[in-house]
Amino acid sequence: MSETPAIRMEGIDKSFGAVRANRGASLEVMPGEIHALVGENGAGKSTLMRMLGGLMKPDAGHVEVFGRDVTGWSTGDAIAAGIGIVHQHFMLVPTLSVAENLVLGCEPKTQGVVLDYARASEDVRKLSSETGLVIAPERLISDLSVGEAQRVEILKVLFRGARILVLDEPTAVLSPPEVRELWAVLRRLRDKGDTIVLITHRLDEVVEISSAITVMRAGQTVARVKTSETTPAEIARLMVGREVSLSAGKRVQPSGRTGSQPNQGLEVRNLSVVGSRGIRVIDDVSFSVKPGEILGIAGVEGNGQTELIEALAGLRSTSAGEILIDGVDITRRSVAQRHEAGLSHIPEDRLRRALILEYTVANNLILGVQKYFSSNGVIDRDRVKENAARAITSFDIRPPNALLAARALSGGNQQKVVVAREMGRGFSVLLASQPTRGVDVGAIEFIHQQLLTARAQGKAILLVSAELNEVLALSDRIAVMYRGKFATVLPSAEASEDVLGEYMIGTKKGSAA
Amino acid sequence: MSASSLAGEAKPTFAAAPWRERAEEALIPPLVALLVALICGDLLILSYGQSPAAVYRLLLEGTWGNAYGFGQVLYKATTLSFTGLAVSFGLRAGLFNIGGESQLAAGGFAAALMGLVLPAGTPLFFALLICMIAAGAAGGVVGSVPAYLKTRFGAHEVIVTIMLNFIVLALLNWFIAGHLHVPETLHTPEIHAGVLPRLADIDSRFHGSAANLALIVAVLIATAVWFYLFRTRGGYDLRAVGLQPQAAEYGGISVNRVWMRALTFSGAIAGMGGINYVLGYKHYYEDGFASGAGFLGIAVALVGRNHPFGVIIAAFFFATLSQGGLAIHAFVPKQMMDVLQGVVIIAVATAVPEVRRILRGARGRSDA
Amino acid sequence: MNPISFLTQMIRIAIPYLFAASGGVVAERAGIVSLTLEGFMLSGAFAAVLGTNYSGSPWVGVLCGILGGLIFSMIHAVATIRYRADQVVVGVAINLLAIGVTRFFLKLFFASSSNSPRVAGFGGNINANGFDNPLLWLGLLVAPVMAFVIYKTPFGLRVRAVGEHPDAAESVGVSVKRVRYAAVALSGMLAALGGVYLALDQHQFTDQMTAGRGFIAISAVIFGRWDPLRAAAACLLFAAAETLQIQLQGNHAIPSQFIEMIPYALTIIALAGVVGRAVPPAALGRVED
Repeated sequence: MSETPAIRMEGIDKSFGAVRANRGASLEVMPGEIHALVGENGAGKSTLMRMLGGLMKPDAGHVEVFGRDVTGWSTGDAIAAGIGIVHQHFMLVPTLSVAENLVLGCEPKTQGVVLDYARASEDVRKLSSETGLVIAPERLISDLSVGEAQRVEILKVLFRGARILVLDEPTAVLSPPEVRELWAVLRRLRDKGDTIVLITHRLDEVVEISSAITVMRAGQTVARVKTSETTPAEIARLMVGREVSLSAGKRVQPSGRTGSQPNQGLEVRNLSVVGSRGIRVIDDVSFSVKPGEILGIAGVEGNGQTELIEALAGLRSTSAGEILIDGVDITRRSVAQRHEAGLSHIPEDRLRRALILEYTVANNLILGVQKYFSSNGVIDRDRVKENAARAITSFDIRPPNALLAARALSGGNQQKVVVAREMGRGFSVLLASQPTRGVDVGAIEFIHQQLLTARAQGKAILLVSAELNEVLALSDRIAVMYRGKFATVLPSAEASEDVLGEYMIGTKKGSAA
Repeated sequence: MSASSLAGEAKPTFAAAPWRERAEEALIPPLVALLVALICGDLLILSYGQSPAAVYRLLLEGTWGNAYGFGQVLYKATTLSFTGLAVSFGLRAGLFNIGGESQLAAGGFAAALMGLVLPAGTPLFFALLICMIAAGAAGGVVGSVPAYLKTRFGAHEVIVTIMLNFIVLALLNWFIAGHLHVPETLHTPEIHAGVLPRLADIDSRFHGSAANLALIVAVLIATAVWFYLFRTRGGYDLRAVGLQPQAAEYGGISVNRVWMRALTFSGAIAGMGGINYVLGYKHYYEDGFASGAGFLGIAVALVGRNHPFGVIIAAFFFATLSQGGLAIHAFVPKQMMDVLQGVVIIAVATAVPEVRRILRGARGRSDA
Repeated sequence: MNPISFLTQMIRIAIPYLFAASGGVVAERAGIVSLTLEGFMLSGAFAAVLGTNYSGSPWVGVLCGILGGLIFSMIHAVATIRYRADQVVVGVAINLLAIGVTRFFLKLFFASSSNSPRVAGFGGNINANGFDNPLLWLGLLVAPVMAFVIYKTPFGLRVRAVGEHPDAAESVGVSVKRVRYAAVALSGMLAALGGVYLALDQHQFTDQMTAGRGFIAISAVIFGRWDPLRAAAACLLFAAAETLQIQLQGNHAIPSQFIEMIPYALTIIALAGVVGRAVPPAALGRVED
């Protein structure tokens, strides 16, 4: 039986400047399916869905909904045709009530001018009972829990007659019981005949709820399978991929220098960080990184890695626990003080955190260490130039013009500036978060070499990377982060993609070493 | 490709090549504004039945064409330089100081007080220094209020500085009217010390114009601001906060402390501008002398693209407009200049994001 | 001091504030900074006098005044919404422009640098104490009507949404730009009416006659936490202080300058969160796509 697909997208290209978010991506969803769209951050899933929803137009390719060509339509068209997108970051006005958010844009009126609040509330209540998504219409969005707010988001699209729902990372902020409630809602909708696309990177969920899966990576669609015909490990492998061909399989030789230094590396004890909605994004985590060791943190993004690094770097406050560098408690110390204590940080958000785009390369190379380049408050321009020359030469930064604004450099070269700076100064602990993201292959090897050299020199390095190969090749020990905790910590000899993959998607839960 | 082949391939250079692109982005908006001003001016002149060419010629003759007119331009440009520098300094840190008028008035008042307190015969250099410190301190105190409220309570400095304008000016008015004025006037007695020589004292062609030594001080302050912003660590931190506060925070810079410093110094610079009127021109503080200087300072900072030397040039531009209005008054009302001022500001403010969008789009810059 | 005369004077002083503040509330709630109220008021005042002078009818003057405010508000709207120019800078410029334009045309039409000739106004019956002026009644109604618009109409709902979370509004198909244009236009016309009342009440236009009333209106908006009725209450409060100062003239217990300061000081206190936090609409002043 060949049915008309509810959604058919083919050959979709979309670029933002030099970034190709979608490259010939495709998607086919049958009616009445719960279809999972999986992939890492940056794989292009959200972009693809935005084009379905009319928020963007594709550069190439076409989009069909129930056989009708709808390429390049507007949000209004999409909503009218029954597409409803439930965004990851809720599109709800916090100061307004549930009913007000729901009727915004299609307000019921009495006498043409007055907003009929009574009708609005009634409509909300009716829809609530029909779908089982119960929520009181008068409540303010700001008073709702995350799960309740999500219910309102779903109601919002159903209110406008959505028959195809796209949910973007809906469980990212939900607790397990709330997730189960959501599944119940989705199943009910599916039984009613609606089609559901679930964007997620949580593979345990994919297995639980979906009947079909499309995997995306680096802007392309790499697989389309039935859930029943695949395994989580297989999905994980497809998602994570083998993009970077390092000398695969080569393990790092033990440096033989651990534990015999006056420095003590990094120690973290019972660290907890509470997120914006009251959930613990870091949940009682303890670990240490010895001098001369690389501890790699693997894990799908969104499990707390970002928050962990930010907390260690001093950019996020912690709710419990201690952080020690070389035995000194720096938990309450400022960023500048942590630099003093020997901390270096390669941030994952290059453009917003790591660089000041309007500043020259030379000036960016002294960010964080300005005081060592100034005497009596005046900046020593010769030393800045010297420093820049050295960094440009050692790291092959192109174009080699130290007075170019950082925004003029390619992503890879920008990253080299950051690495040159963070590793070019005296430090005992380095936080490296996605250090080779967006960097060309040759430079990747170079940066890896730098990390290994630092390790040989007795530095303690905490490496967070979404590239499993990178973590495997460089780390002495590997931890897997899952939902704010260390699911496991293994010596690299015992770790492999398969083993780690299972911890990453949550099917295996160990005790953190 | 092995790691060793990478080192030594890049020959570091220090070509200030990017200045061409930055110059484009920086200079096009003011030029657009000039064009718009000319067109607008043409329309207004024509509506008065006059010939634009004749009027513009008269304007130039009356400002840059004769010594007295030029002297007046110099005088007005001096005050505008101070308030323009003040606003641009705040903007470099990402903060909007709209309180120039009250800071200027407070500074002038403090300078007048010092001028009264210091005995006649005090050496000029010494007296000037004391007066400037007092003026800067007064302006700085006024500027520190929005600074404190912002860092402590998150109160937006735009509203606070506007409100404070009214409050401080009312306070000064109360004090002068009640305690320190020369009868039948709203100004303080003449100062004994700190009188700045006029330009006319040096070159008699400038006779009658108010231009005085304060102009030199303005240039010195502009140079000091330039040095601070672009050559010191404090300036590095300040501009970083203005450009990308998140990156500044990552770099260990205390955003709150920078804000505090920026607004306080912004107020101090505006305050120092008071010496132009008080020490150099009338030799007393007069209620209302600062009128409009704060808002025009914003215009000057905008057209001068927040660069100390650009500010000086922009100050000259607006001073020329202002003085030019008087010169052409027989033909077209000087009020035309008020209109042009507003038009120029809107034109530049609109051109800046538009030009940036066009230029960056054309260069295919990606922000990803 | 007669309480009746105090009240009537207070109300008459409050009318321009009530008009302008109501306009300011709707524009700021939609996310556009309204430092321009002063300029809108002034242009409305001048246009009204111009219209009344040449037509002989104050009602024509009212229409002209509204038109004047509308023109200036559209300049503000286009610059800030279409071209995304900085709202504060353009706001300051609009005020300067209004001063300049009114001065220029004052010279052009009336050959004066300071004031226009006398024009007809409304009312005029001394015993009515100004309450025979229809504009006065309109001014008293403006705030409750604005409250109704903002809280009880679809347009008001969209204004509130657009000022807090424009992305959310856009995602359900509400045109953020269109709502903002409408809100700014409304603020221009209302603030202009404040100026119209002022000018016709004094039967002439004088240079810079608004004298900072537009800023007092903004203070009322902030002190009233962006709610039309609370802002109106603030307007009355400020007008009361002003009336007090006028009626106490000669009594030097509290110098007039300190009474003048009251609205501004109260606004700063509100911003500092001393009397409960004055939280502006979340998207106020932000220039975004």
